[in-house]
Amino acid sequence: MATILNISRRDFLKTSGAASALVIGAHFVPGSLISEADAAAVAKPNLFVSIADDGLVTITCSRAEMGQGVRTGIPMILADELEADWDRCTLWQAPGDETKYDPAGQDGQNTDGSRSTRHHLDVMRELGAAARYTLEMAAASKWRVSVGDVYAKHHRIYNARSGKSFDYGELVAAASKINLPSGEGAPKIALKDKSQWKYIGKDMPGIDNYDMTTGGANYGADINIPGMKIAVVARSPVYRGKVKSFDARAALKVQGVEKVIEIPALADDKPAEFRALGGVAVIGANTWSVLEGRRKLKIKWDLGPNRVHSSRTYDNKLRRSAKKGGAVIRNRGNFDRAIKGAAKVVESEYFVPYFIHTPMEPPAAIVDANVRPVKVWAATQSPNETRQYVGEALGLKKTDVECWQTLLGGGFGRKSKPDYVCEAAILSKMVGAPVRVQWTREDDIQNGYYHAASANSMKAGLDSRGKVVAWKQSGAWPSILGLWNPAQKTGFGIEYGLGMVDAPYNSVRNIKIDNGEADIHIRVGWYRAVNNIQNSYAQNCFAYELAEAAGRDPLEMLLEMIGESNKMDLAKDGVKEYWNYGDPVEDWPIMPVRLSNALRTVAQKAGYGKMLPKGHGLGLAVHRAFHSYVASAVHVVVHDDGTYSIPQVDTAIDCGRYVNPEGIRKQIEGAAIYGNTIARFGRITTSRGAVDQSNFHDYPISRISDSPLNVRVHIIEDFVHLRPCGVGEPGVPPYTPALINAIYNATGKRIRRLPIGNKV
Amino acid sequence: MLLFRKGGTGYWGPFFSWRLATIQHAVQCQEKPYVNGGRSMISLRVNGVSRQFNGDPKMPLLWYLRDELGLTGTKFGCGTGLCGSCTVHLDGGAVRGCITSVEMAANRQITTIEGLDTKGNHPVQRAWRANNVPQCGYCQSGQIMQAASLLNQNPDPSDKEIIDGMAGNICRCGTYQRIFAAVRTAATEV
Repeated sequence: MATILNISRRDFLKTSGAASALVIGAHFVPGSLISEADAAAVAKPNLFVSIADDGLVTITCSRAEMGQGVRTGIPMILADELEADWDRCTLWQAPGDETKYDPAGQDGQNTDGSRSTRHHLDVMRELGAAARYTLEMAAASKWRVSVGDVYAKHHRIYNARSGKSFDYGELVAAASKINLPSGEGAPKIALKDKSQWKYIGKDMPGIDNYDMTTGGANYGADINIPGMKIAVVARSPVYRGKVKSFDARAALKVQGVEKVIEIPALADDKPAEFRALGGVAVIGANTWSVLEGRRKLKIKWDLGPNRVHSSRTYDNKLRRSAKKGGAVIRNRGNFDRAIKGAAKVVESEYFVPYFIHTPMEPPAAIVDANVRPVKVWAATQSPNETRQYVGEALGLKKTDVECWQTLLGGGFGRKSKPDYVCEAAILSKMVGAPVRVQWTREDDIQNGYYHAASANSMKAGLDSRGKVVAWKQSGAWPSILGLWNPAQKTGFGIEYGLGMVDAPYNSVRNIKIDNGEADIHIRVGWYRAVNNIQNSYAQNCFAYELAEAAGRDPLEMLLEMIGESNKMDLAKDGVKEYWNYGDPVEDWPIMPVRLSNALRTVAQKAGYGKMLPKGHGLGLAVHRAFHSYVASAVHVVVHDDGTYSIPQVDTAIDCGRYVNPEGIRKQIEGAAIYGNTIARFGRITTSRGAVDQSNFHDYPISRISDSPLNVRVHIIEDFVHLRPCGVGEPGVPPYTPALINAIYNATGKRIRRLPIGNKV
Repeated sequence: MLLFRKGGTGYWGPFFSWRLATIQHAVQCQEKPYVNGGRSMISLRVNGVSRQFNGDPKMPLLWYLRDELGLTGTKFGCGTGLCGSCTVHLDGGAVRGCITSVEMAANRQITTIEGLDTKGNHPVQRAWRANNVPQCGYCQSGQIMQAASLLNQNPDPSDKEIIDGMAGNICRCGTYQRIFAAVRTAATEV
């Protein structure tokens, strides 16, 4: 619970320049006991809202905006409880400092994992309510009435008896002197009832829309500071390769190129994590010059042991490993016995290649390492890990580094990893000036953190009536944990929890899920929806194959497998330490009934079961990710020449309590197109350790011409379980299997290996 | 939501001073010209303002606009004309700034997102806001410049003409459904 403080008289005022302001801060202490040490920490409030004497409300946003709409959603919550006039609110983007700006105390300000709303809804409401209550107290005291006799409405406090009112601005001077008792004496401040919400649950356009449509929005590369140099870096084509020697003479002849320097390779005993791996940097006055200079560099590389990494052989290794299996991570009933007794056994395997994020904005960051604190401006999802790794790169403490976030031109997980910021820090120190490191699209595609390639081997048994009695998934992929432990061979709890160990087929009596080994030869990192992509694909497509084998309708089959239970308890199936997206299962249980509900909803909305013309198909898929329950129905038309188009997509999402329905629709529309890229084009391959693709000609992204332009979003409202869930990522996983099931429905063709390509 | 407030401590407060520094930087760049082997000055007009450039004539417009003039609304996405993030107008028609050199723009009118409308209220910009198009927003300058040029040439495009006209611009967030709708909205006004 929160201790809410009136901090109007503290340092904030000195920096804000306001004559007087009401500032409400909160300190959240995990658990309920406040120790002495914690009490000292209470002096440092970690999230606040301030109201100036002209009534302007400034709300702190401590989450990164990368298109998911958090800079609109977060202030909506607070402004609602504050009863503020939206047009008199503004937003302040907090720098990285988790001791102040991580109200939930569990995110470290890293914006990923679809958790901003689910971890901030309650705290933003409490803060808004506390600010409103303080204003109410100030007004009550002016009128000499009890606080129960006043109420807030649209930026004014009204006297219920006399009908008189004050604007919030008029109350600021008095309110700033009120001490809100904390601890046991804290007032019990009522939150608004749902029926009184004026912003939460209503459509709100993005607050940055004007800037974004006029060129005024600032991203990583848009910050310019005096004396700044621009750098591009040539990096080893193979993971952890090293510079043997280089010849910079031609590069240095390019007008505008000032220096060519080597960023030393990361020491062999240091794992990659989010560190700079080394390379040769070309530094100069403008981006064009340094790009030209880099083209003229001659570098000899020691490519190192990862040059054995070729997709041609590696993919088959993954498949063999998946088939062989390994550590059993979930075991319900007795799969082996059940499969022996099954009337019919079905086996299949699904392969998903590496992907890369390709946010429209390639990574860019500016660091001035020659001042204290070190100043960082970066398009980063994780300002505090940025401070940590930049500090390490410079031999400083995290607290010696200040990090300001710009808007992110897309993130998708790439910008949680501040390797590019570390490069700028190292170079800034070496050249004694602020440096902006600019990544190109080629850098982004060839030197990134890749979504793991994966193989999933599926096996199931049907009884004589066509009911699934045994289900097995066995997967192999290079683990994200390889960033910390290069020798890692298996996945780990977080990866298992991304739709694998929690496969929702709760009515199936015998379930076995296991994990084969895989070597790691590349930086593997998280990518929007992460392993949910391959798990949802393998599970939903295999369920369709089982329906065919049983001669049954796939919707009926899926609903039967999932069942209508209110809770699926993985502890009973021998799952150790189920991750559950970092949240307690008591608060966010796995609820199969919500999956079934989402699936039924979408089937009905999409007109499932109707006869379709030749070449048309409708496919379904449903998946739980980041606590949300999402089902998609994709309508595909496969033309005579094998090309295909998608006239309609219906997606139903049950994300519990939500803030901005317009934001949800945008995320789901976008997730379908993100999924469309995965299904149609997503494939990174390697040859002798180097990534084969380099730009959008050989790593295509869905364009308006091949994307679904009629995505209908159905937000499930009538559910009793209202805890907020994720929205940014959960829309992605069901799209690909729904499309592939639709293609099957249209043509009878199974696609067991991604991507589909431009033709079926 | 008020995002611009004079003297405020809002998100963009500090950026204004950086933008100012950018402009100063651009001025300094002009004062300290490239040694260009006796090449002649290139004259061009950017958003109605006459400019002289005597740097590398092969420099793409994208980098000239961003690094030399501080017009950062034009974005870098791929550098090879594949994504459209850097779309600007050359004499009213859409071109890719990353593969159009300053030399090619000599004596011509360049319009960037900053110059499309002095108040940011070009019908396409308004349509973009009315349809709540942007997610991350990064590609939208280019999308808007592309759409404005499309509608300039074809005020009443068919569905297919909109799709063909916009197919060169990638949006990774996947806002195409709304882009399509916004072009339709704008077409009724242009």
